[in-house]
Amino acid sequence: MHEMGIVLHLAKTLDQTAEENKLTAIGKVVLQVGEVSGIMTDLFTDAWDYFKLRHSVLKDSQLVLETIPAVTWCDHCKTSYETVKYGKICPRCGSGETWLQQGNECIIKEIEAE
Amino acid sequence: MKLIQLNETVTASNDRDAEALRLRMREAGTLLVNVMSSPGSGKTTLLSRIIRDLKQLKIGVMEADIESDVDARRIEALGAASIQVHTSGMCHMDAGMTASAWEAMEAEDLELIFLENVGNLICPAEYDTGAAKNLMLLSVPEGDDKPLKYPLMFQKSDALIITKTDALPYFDFDLEKCRERVLKLNPGIRIFPVSAKTGEGMEPLEQWLLAQVQAL
Repeated sequence: MHEMGIVLHLAKTLDQTAEENKLTAIGKVVLQVGEVSGIMTDLFTDAWDYFKLRHSVLKDSQLVLETIPAVTWCDHCKTSYETVKYGKICPRCGSGETWLQQGNECIIKEIEAE
Repeated sequence: MKLIQLNETVTASNDRDAEALRLRMREAGTLLVNVMSSPGSGKTTLLSRIIRDLKQLKIGVMEADIESDVDARRIEALGAASIQVHTSGMCHMDAGMTASAWEAMEAEDLELIFLENVGNLICPAEYDTGAAKNLMLLSVPEGDDKPLKYPLMFQKSDALIITKTDALPYFDFDLEKCRERVLKLNPGIRIFPVSAKTGEGMEPLEQWLLAQVQAL
């Protein structure tokens, strides 16, 4: 259900981009998805296949997903570590004073269009 | 085919819609407050209490649910303007849906509108509805560990209302620990522990709401 909402907004954003740039067809759509963004990529692709048929400018498009690795910064020992492997607690000093630096994104990087 | 660099978040179109709605509502003199929480945290009970207590304000409620109109009926019974929004399966309200609901209410004279978002601690935090203020509820039976599990919603909210405090003697909910966890995520958040049933703690919350309406 969550994926459906994101795809809906993606399709809308691309529709607007097509209108602003007078594009008639969009080919490749490169999307950068953070490792801990909560997006299930196979569900996302299914939702995309459903929506692209309903937006004429997107009907021949292909979705390309790139993963952004999740990295957490530790405020206590001033180093970063892999979020997925260690979670909220810093593996070096055991501190919980940690913040997600990257990995929560969902960004449209670029599109191919004419 | 040419390559176009966008580097735009997926929700960019929603962010633009939200900004436009905020501006329109400010011009109309209506404060829109987005109310988020898990299902069963007491959103409708709290709003019913506020509507009864703040009779001096013209208040309306947008009820967003996946199905049914039970919440909208409860609000209407109090004499407040209400509209039921069905999200048809979607787990959150976005700015476009909120704008349509406001237009359908045809109530430009309202001073305060609550948007009762879909009961869900995750997705509603990710979509800007166009509201001027974001509130979240956490009820005592849900537990004081929720800020650790769903940090984003606590970070996005202007105020946290801890509801059902009349049930504190029956649960291991540590109010101080909860406060500490929430302030670590969002140092600027206002925290109001309340019981909409007994009325305890309602006054500071209602004064805060009144000040937000006046500041608009």
